[in-house]
Amino acid sequence: MKLHELSLKEQLNGLIEGSFSSTELTEHYLNRISNLDKDLNSYITVTADLALQQAALSDERYKSSKALPLDGIPIAHKDIFCTEDVLTTCGSKMLSNFKAPYSSTVVNKLSSEGVVILGKTNMDEFAMGSSNETSFFGPVKNPWNKEYVPGGSSGGSAACVSAQLASAATATDTGGSIRQPAALCGLTGIKPTYGRVSRYGMIAFASSLDQGGVLARSAEDSAILLESMSGHDPKDSTSLKEEVPSFLDSIDSPINGIKIGLPKEFFERDLPEYVESSTKEAIETYKNLGAEIHEISLPNVDLSLPVYYIIAPAECSANLSRYDGVRYGYRCEDPKDIEDLYMRTREEGFGSEVKRRVLIGTYALSAGYYDAYYLKAQKCRRLVANDFSKAFESVDVILSPTTPGTSFKSGEKSNDPIEMYLQDIFTIPANLAGLPGISFPCGNHDGLPLGVQLVGNSLQEAKLLQAAHQFQKVTDWHNKFPEV
Amino acid sequence: MTIYNESWEAVIGLEIHVQLATNSKLFSGASTNFGALPNTQACNIDLALPGVLPVLNEEVLKMAVKLGKALNANINSPTSFARKNYFYPDLPKGYQISQMDKPIVEGGFLDIELEDGTSKRIGVTRAHLEEDAGKSLHEDFEGQSGIDLNRSGTPLIEIVSEPDISSPKEAIAYLKSIHSIIRYLEISDGNMAEGSMRCDANVSVRKLGSKELGTRTETKNVNSFRFVEKAIQYEIERQISEIESGNTITQETRLYDSQANTTRPMRTKEYANDYRYFPEPDLLPVVLEDSFIKEIHEDMPEMPTEKKLRFIKEYGLSEYDSSLLASDKDLANFFETVADESKSAKLSANWIMGELSAELNKENLNILNSKVSAKQLGLLIKRIEDSTISGKIAKDVFEKMWSTGNEIDAIIEKEGLQQVTDLSEIETMVSKVINENPGQLQQYLSGKDRLFGFFVGQVMKESQGKANPSQVNEILKKKLKE
Repeated sequence: MKLHELSLKEQLNGLIEGSFSSTELTEHYLNRISNLDKDLNSYITVTADLALQQAALSDERYKSSKALPLDGIPIAHKDIFCTEDVLTTCGSKMLSNFKAPYSSTVVNKLSSEGVVILGKTNMDEFAMGSSNETSFFGPVKNPWNKEYVPGGSSGGSAACVSAQLASAATATDTGGSIRQPAALCGLTGIKPTYGRVSRYGMIAFASSLDQGGVLARSAEDSAILLESMSGHDPKDSTSLKEEVPSFLDSIDSPINGIKIGLPKEFFERDLPEYVESSTKEAIETYKNLGAEIHEISLPNVDLSLPVYYIIAPAECSANLSRYDGVRYGYRCEDPKDIEDLYMRTREEGFGSEVKRRVLIGTYALSAGYYDAYYLKAQKCRRLVANDFSKAFESVDVILSPTTPGTSFKSGEKSNDPIEMYLQDIFTIPANLAGLPGISFPCGNHDGLPLGVQLVGNSLQEAKLLQAAHQFQKVTDWHNKFPEV
Repeated sequence: MTIYNESWEAVIGLEIHVQLATNSKLFSGASTNFGALPNTQACNIDLALPGVLPVLNEEVLKMAVKLGKALNANINSPTSFARKNYFYPDLPKGYQISQMDKPIVEGGFLDIELEDGTSKRIGVTRAHLEEDAGKSLHEDFEGQSGIDLNRSGTPLIEIVSEPDISSPKEAIAYLKSIHSIIRYLEISDGNMAEGSMRCDANVSVRKLGSKELGTRTETKNVNSFRFVEKAIQYEIERQISEIESGNTITQETRLYDSQANTTRPMRTKEYANDYRYFPEPDLLPVVLEDSFIKEIHEDMPEMPTEKKLRFIKEYGLSEYDSSLLASDKDLANFFETVADESKSAKLSANWIMGELSAELNKENLNILNSKVSAKQLGLLIKRIEDSTISGKIAKDVFEKMWSTGNEIDAIIEKEGLQQVTDLSEIETMVSKVINENPGQLQQYLSGKDRLFGFFVGQVMKESQGKANPSQVNEILKKKLKE
């Protein structure tokens, strides 16, 4: 078996047993990247020198029996995580020259566990998009079929793990940016409870919705990586103080008796037949694993998309104000005065989807509109969250398709923002409620993968990983990889 | 109520920004020291680098609770933060973290003393926490602007009054009262020149007796007590004359120009009309436990008003003296030390507000830097009280203490200034003076009573001022009759 075909867990065992070194593993990935990524465009920056240095240090630690928990595992970071002395662009022209002077908590945590950083992955500009077509650094291709999109906004992270150009990758999810690309690229992706992973150094899109997480090949690999990323961070006031349990400890336990809820509002939607049949098949698999299936109702869940497209743009309109050409990042040529500096820097530095959302958000917060839009959206957000709380009184997890279909062709939805926004119809509710969600592969249609999503109650990541792992023990959708 | 031009009255509300004396900034660990080299006290968070997050400095909560209690106000719990959005180069995030719906302090009041001795209650609408912006420097950069972000993120509390103030004098009384409170609480140095206390004035005028409020203007950038008074005065007169010449008042933000003593409209670039406030998603609402509030309240020092009342009761001082001494915590402490040492409160108050104040003013010194310590001044007064020295000589001694820094008793001894209280010694001097001035004696005896003063003067001169004047009087009277 080739090194890139091994799972993260298998690679870790191989490193521990000395079957291969981190340097060999890292070089192997770097070679694959230089051979394959020109076409895929999953990386914005490849940090080859840094990776080889880290790998060499890792090999030394193995030799002196001082290995760290994730020592020598080559991963990629979404280019939204500030990485000291490394270009951190957030997929934008605005930050195309920005070398971060500090590292995010996620990067620091994983580095202190010994990971090797292969590079920074491509993404929709400022994480706004569902197809990775809004990146200033060009679109990312879906490794399963290069005419198709990998999903977004963590499209680069998904494509690079799917194409086996990294063992796993970090990602972020504001409305589905981990789970949707996981579904479209045949990966397992988990967005933990809001506050579980520190947002410090993770470039903000919509602060009350953004959450870091993982894109990996399996629930098991996700569990390993997520455990190392999670935990309270005093630098993030919204970070949760609760202890992080070992996600691996419970992953092997059977799930018989688990109560799975199927929200009727989701299943009443007009979905393609292949989505319905794959989802039904997944439900059957769970029944065979001993799960109890219940129909449930989330009566206000249909409000999710409109609510999201008020709150997320509102927060982003403020979060993106700092990109003004004054202190760092892109600055327009020869500004006449401060007004001109602002206007042209932002006009030239932001792409159209970012501008669209900044405008929507600015409008929604304006005097005279605030009550009708932002305040109302906040109230509706609470209604959606309450629906989930109520549902979790009777079920353990909630199952639905991750996306309304498999991937779509590049350019197909780029001119229709509403059609694009509908990509996240099943994933957004979990962000609004701050709940953990996981997507994992459950089928394939016309050569493109399909995902199923489980949403858990607050802090129930372990249960989600366990349920996904048990599914993966009896299915092999997660073991299928595209030929690249 | 002050009536302008016989038929107008002014309605004034103040917004006072107080810089809280924390060691580090409101949402970052950077230092807040004044006067450091530009941009040396701005960390990643103050620079608003991508990805940074604010973490509340909890010291400010204690300070705000103290202030709230001193202003007889409610403390909101939970209290929450909001983003105030506007673009300006010295505002790195493009928004200021402030408070909107749930300010930490709400609904208080302050009783101020007016010149005629009456007091007036001024409502305090709210006091909220917010971060300061940096500074834009427009000079010395040849067509460009410099930005210093050292001040960016410094904690401020903005105290908003009700429009209960009706004259510049009242505004100053209110401002001074707030100044005194924040100094008492040690939550700010209140230095207006350095900008640690800043004041914006909302001013409108209306016809006397009218119930409706006129259109108001907000005057910014007033950085001394005197300028606040002048700026408000100017603004009232300007508005009255505008209206009287048939114009209307525009609701706008104006800047005070202290050199020209005028106000002018701020360029619209310098402020925004719509700040698009919304709850700050990076900070959770802060819950202040009752026990936390109670503990702070119980720990609070005596406030100016309480202290004033105590001075009246305990030391028997006049309302005026008490109020003046209690207005400044350091001055009040100084007074108490002097009074305890001298055992004469009235004399202590007189000396502090007389000779000592004069010397301090002459050298522009703070009471804390007085060259004569409170203990030494107390001792000086004690020496007057126990008749060691006369009141007249005490003034010379005080000047020597001030200029040399020597201690009172050393000066008295070295210069031999002890008052002569030995009766026989005084009798000798009195007899000598009478004998040496037969002409004056003659006139005195023939009824020119006014010459008594002449004899007192001569005896005092003979004693080089050291004779006890009342003893001199007594003995003179007796001897002149003989």
